[in-house]
Amino acid sequence: MNNLIEIKNLSFYYDKSVVLDEVNLDIKPNDYLAIIGPNGGGKSTLLKLILGLLSPKTGVINSTYDKNAIGYVPQNTNLNINFPITALEVVLMGHIGGKRPLFGYSKEEVSCAKHSLEKVGMADFEDTKIGNLSGGQRQRVFIARALCANPKIMLLDEPTASIDVQGQTEVYELLKELNRTICIVVVSHDISVLLNYAKNVAHVNKNLVYHSLDNVQKNVQSNNEHLCEVELLAALGSSNSCGCNHEH
Amino acid sequence: MIEALQYEFMQNALLAGILISIAAGIIGSLVIVNRITFLAGGIAHSSYGGIGIAIYMGIPVLFGATVFSIITAVIIAILTLNDKKRIDSIIGIMWATGMAIGIVFVDMTPGYNVDLMSYLFGSIIAVPTGDIWYMFGLDVVIIALVTFFYREFLAISYDQQFAYLRGINVKFFYTLLLVLAALTVVAAIKVVGLILVIALLTIPTYLAEIFSNKLSKMMFLSSLFATFFTIVGLSISYLYDISSGASIILVAVLSLIVTKIFKR
Repeated sequence: MNNLIEIKNLSFYYDKSVVLDEVNLDIKPNDYLAIIGPNGGGKSTLLKLILGLLSPKTGVINSTYDKNAIGYVPQNTNLNINFPITALEVVLMGHIGGKRPLFGYSKEEVSCAKHSLEKVGMADFEDTKIGNLSGGQRQRVFIARALCANPKIMLLDEPTASIDVQGQTEVYELLKELNRTICIVVVSHDISVLLNYAKNVAHVNKNLVYHSLDNVQKNVQSNNEHLCEVELLAALGSSNSCGCNHEH
Repeated sequence: MIEALQYEFMQNALLAGILISIAAGIIGSLVIVNRITFLAGGIAHSSYGGIGIAIYMGIPVLFGATVFSIITAVIIAILTLNDKKRIDSIIGIMWATGMAIGIVFVDMTPGYNVDLMSYLFGSIIAVPTGDIWYMFGLDVVIIALVTFFYREFLAISYDQQFAYLRGINVKFFYTLLLVLAALTVVAAIKVVGLILVIALLTIPTYLAEIFSNKLSKMMFLSSLFATFFTIVGLSISYLYDISSGASIILVAVLSLIVTKIFKR
């Protein structure tokens, strides 16, 4: 198959409350997919299903990549801020658990981790305690950690929550750069920033509705500026059609 | 003070204090960063059940407490891994059940007249040589395991979900951590008593955390601080004839307060 991930008729429920209902989604190798939707709509659950942290109740998720070739940047990286750990150690954690030297980390692992930090522009902070970094810097360290797995696909859960606009832009620019070689899947609330970067959007609220952003982006005039929701709706409204046939 | 070291019991006390400080520093660091202090406290108190059973059956107290606390640790690990939200209730139940079992068995022991207080508040002056070997063995095991599995312990402590995704057996290492905590707690009961053992695990580590950007450094500093508190506390307890456990803990608390005032 040409797609990296093919999700077919996927349903998931906790006890009796349905979280995802008959969801279908294809993710292409070079995609930059944004998953949006209301709180409790099932975005994070979908992400966990793709990661393999949860198993589908019905339906299947087929993937063409190795299970280890998946990079994951979790939500709430602001937790555990006092933890005594350096940026480099956080990144080193990204290596696969099975292969390891007798003690500590191998030279290859350390140099790979340093290279990952370089890629995200955080090489100067390798010995800094993670809690002493800004929100945007910390997020870039977590992206570096995900890069350690040499991923074909990177999944990020609300990567820009609680980061200032400057930091958000940096994170999305970085992801755009990485998107040249890696498939990016971002769960986010922040639709307006995403519109500048994402190629496709999946709106998840129990059901999933897929949008290609090709014709939407042309109508949104912004130079990395943060659109408010009203401007956004106005810009989208002028396109007349969004190419889908669902009811909002 | 120096002449006190001529006595074998004083040498043993000092040795026990140092050995237990090393274990408490390393395991205490892991307990603190995993935020399972209350859990370690539960294991400490429930180990009294093992002490009671051992006294009743006439087997070595240290052995009874060790077996009992390992069982407690594994039960707590299994229950909490499945249901994290109920962790406080589970610990509360184990805590009380263990102590109740201990009290019942001590009650049932005919002619029992061992000083109960020595288990609650420690009796470092009365540490037998066998216990010293136990502590030494414990240190060797802890240092070996934590050195060998440092990256695994670091990963599960910092981000369990991510560790799981990277193929680390989170349940195994979490259980291992609790078992090591149980062993440390049991060994420390002789030194500071089961009421104060949590202070020995947490105060030096809390202090070390302020100066550490790495978990390994925190472990090293905690052991160092704990050793210092133990030696100073022990000296004060000898000079003024006060309870050793309490005097060790008060030295630690005082140091923490002073550090907190001058650091920020």
